Amino acid sequence: MTTAVADHHHDEVPKGITRWLFTTNHKDIGTLYLWFSFIMFLVGGAMALVIRAELFMPGLQVVNPHFYNQMVTVHALVMIFGAVMPGFVGFANWMLPMMVGAPDMALPRMNNWSFWLLPFATTLLIASLFVPGGGPAAGWTIYPPLSIQGGMGVDLTIFTIHILGMSSILGAINIIATILNMRAPGMTLMKMPLFVWTWVITAFLLIAAMPVLAGAVTMLLTDRHFGTAFFSAAGGGDPVMFQHIFWFFGHPEVYILILPAFGIISQVIPTFARKPLFGYSSMVFATAAIAFLSFIVWAHHMYTVGMPLSGELFFMYSTMLIAIPTGVKVFNWVATMWRGSMTFETPMLYAIATVALFTVGGLTGLMMAITPADFQYHDTYFIVAHFHYVIFCGSVLAMFSGVYYWLPKWTGHMYDETLGKVHFWLTVISFNITFFPQHFLGFAGMPRRIPDYSLQFAEFNMVSSIGGFILGFSQLILLWVVIKSIRGGKKATAEVWDNPEGLEWTVPSPAPYHTFATAPEVR
Amino acid sequence: MTERNVRKSNRRVTGWLSLWVVGMFGFGYALVPLYSVFCEITGLNGKSATLSEVSAAPLTIDKSRTVTVEFTVNVNGIPWRVDQPKTVRLNVHPGEATTVIYEAHSLVDAMTTGQAVPSVTPAKAARHFRKTECFCFTRQELVGGESKLMPVTFVVDPKLPAEVKTITLSYEVYPANDNLTNNS
Repeated sequence: MTTAVADHHHDEVPKGITRWLFTTNHKDIGTLYLWFSFIMFLVGGAMALVIRAELFMPGLQVVNPHFYNQMVTVHALVMIFGAVMPGFVGFANWMLPMMVGAPDMALPRMNNWSFWLLPFATTLLIASLFVPGGGPAAGWTIYPPLSIQGGMGVDLTIFTIHILGMSSILGAINIIATILNMRAPGMTLMKMPLFVWTWVITAFLLIAAMPVLAGAVTMLLTDRHFGTAFFSAAGGGDPVMFQHIFWFFGHPEVYILILPAFGIISQVIPTFARKPLFGYSSMVFATAAIAFLSFIVWAHHMYTVGMPLSGELFFMYSTMLIAIPTGVKVFNWVATMWRGSMTFETPMLYAIATVALFTVGGLTGLMMAITPADFQYHDTYFIVAHFHYVIFCGSVLAMFSGVYYWLPKWTGHMYDETLGKVHFWLTVISFNITFFPQHFLGFAGMPRRIPDYSLQFAEFNMVSSIGGFILGFSQLILLWVVIKSIRGGKKATAEVWDNPEGLEWTVPSPAPYHTFATAPEVR
Repeated sequence: MTERNVRKSNRRVTGWLSLWVVGMFGFGYALVPLYSVFCEITGLNGKSATLSEVSAAPLTIDKSRTVTVEFTVNVNGIPWRVDQPKTVRLNVHPGEATTVIYEAHSLVDAMTTGQAVPSVTPAKAARHFRKTECFCFTRQELVGGESKLMPVTFVVDPKLPAEVKTITLSYEVYPANDNLTNNS
C-alpha cells in the first residue's frame, strides 16, 4: 500500500493534470483539499448573500420562500461538509506527516480516493437545486416529515451525505493510522504537537459519528421510497426519533468542526507569544473530555420536543459541564500569552480573534444550555448568531490563522502582511456587524429559516445584511493574498517565524515534494 | 519500525477502524428499537397503544376524582372525513370504562383502507390511558361512499398522577396502502 514511500529519494514533481488526479503525495492532496474547501467557502458564501439580500428589507423581494429555504439548507450543508471539514482535512494532510516526521500519510492511495469523492458529492448537492421540486428545503438537519415529503432533491442530498460521509471516514482512518504508526522515533504521544492531538481525537469522533448519520439518512431514504416507516408517522414511525439519531451525530459533529481549530491556534499562539504552550497535558485531556461529553449531550438541541423533566435536567447539566474543559483551554491560551513577548502578525491576530469571539459563542451556548431559557431562544436568530460565532469565529478564523501561519512554508514566499491585516480587520469587524445584531433579533423573537419578518426587525436586519456583504466580498482579499504569495514575494526562511516549535520548521520553505524520507530524531 | 512492520500495523489499524465504522452504522439502526422500548417504558411521545390491555385485575372506580378527556382527529392524505365523537369533551372517573364513537365517511367511490395512529397528551398520562377496544388496532376499510361507526373503549388508570386534570386523545388517520410514504 505504501509504494509511494519506497524508493523516491529524488525530488521530481509530476507534471500536468495527472499529477493532481493520480497523486498520492500528502502535500498535493492537502493542496487539493484546501482549494476545494476555499471554492466551497465562496459558493456557500454566495448562498449566504442570497439569504442576506432577501432579509435586507421586510417583505419578499429577491427570491420566493421555497428557494429561500433551499438556500438556507444548502448554504449550511456546503459550509459544514464542503468548506470546514475538507478545510481541516487539508491542513491535516499538509501538516500532520511533517509534524510527526513521517514521509507521507499511512495510506496514500486511499488518501487520493477520499479527496476525489468530494467534488462528485458536492456536484450532486448543487445539482439538486436544478431538479424538479428544487433542492432540499428542510434545513440542514433534514427533519422529517418535511424531508420525507420533499422532491428528488432530497434524494440527491441523501446520496451527497453518504459520499461525503464515506470520504471523511476514509480520511479519519488514514489520519489515525498515520498518527499511530508513522511517528518519528522519539515522538511519544505526549510530545506530539497539539494540532496532531486534536486531529487524532477528531478522527475518532468522525468514525463514531458519521456512520450514525449515514444510517439515519438511509432510513430516511427507505422511508421515502421503500415503504419502511422509521420516521413516517403514517406507518407508525416517529419523526422525533430522527431528531434523536440526527443529533447523536450532530453534536459530535460540532466538535469535529471545532477541535482542529483549537489545535491550530494552540500552534500559533506559542509562536507569537514566544513562550511554550501553557498547560500542554491539560490541553490534551480537555480535548479528550470535550470529545467524550459530546456524545451525551445531544438532546439539548431539542429541548422543546417534549422530554420528561429528568431528561431535560440531565442534558442541561451535562451540557454545562462542557464549559469546564473548554474554559481550561481558553485559560491556557490566555496564560500562554501572559507576559509573552507578543507580536501581532496576521496569524496571531486571527488566533486572538478566535479566542475572543469563540468565547462569545461559547457563552451564548451556555445560555442556551439552560432548558427554561432555551424555550425562548429555540429556533430564533439567537441560535443563528450563536453558531456563527462558534463556527465562523472558531473554525473559519482559526483556519485563516493557519493559512497565514503556514502559507510561507507551503509557497516559499512571505505573504503580503498589509493585505493580510486589511483582510483581518475587514473580516472581524464586518462579521460582528453581521452577526451581533442577530442576538437582539433572536431575543425579540425573530424566527430563523423564514424569508420575511415583521417591521420591528427591519433596522437590525438591514445592518446585518450590509455587514454580510462586506464580510463576503472581503474574502476575495484572502484569494488575492494566496495567489500573490504563490507567484512570488519575499523568500521565506526555513523557520519563517521567530524560533517556532515543530518539525515542519526544520525543512526548507517551500517544503520539498518529499520530506523526512529518513525519519528525524526527536529528543 | 521497519517498513514491513509499519505496513502490517497500518493494515491492522485500518481493519479495526473499519469494523468500528460498520458497528456504528449498525448502532444507528439499533437506536430504533432501543428508542421504541424506552418510549414504551416511560410513555413518552404519547405511545400508549401497546400498553393498553387492561390488566387481569379489574380496576376499582375512583368516584372521588373526575378527569376530563378530550377527543380530536385529523385526516392526512386519505379521502375520508372523520367526525370526532358527538361529545368532544367528557368527564370520567378513573377506573370506569367508557366508549365513544368516531364516524368515518368515504368521500370517493373506490375502496380505501386507512390506519389511525393514536397519541395521548400530556405524555405522563399516556401510560395510564388504556384502550381496551379501538379502531386503531386494525386497518379500517371503507367501500366507496360508505360511512362507518368506529368505537373506542378506554379506561383511565386510577394511578394517573394527581396533577393531570385533562387528557387529550388524538388520532391521525393515514392511508394504509403498502407504499405509505411514497409521495410521487
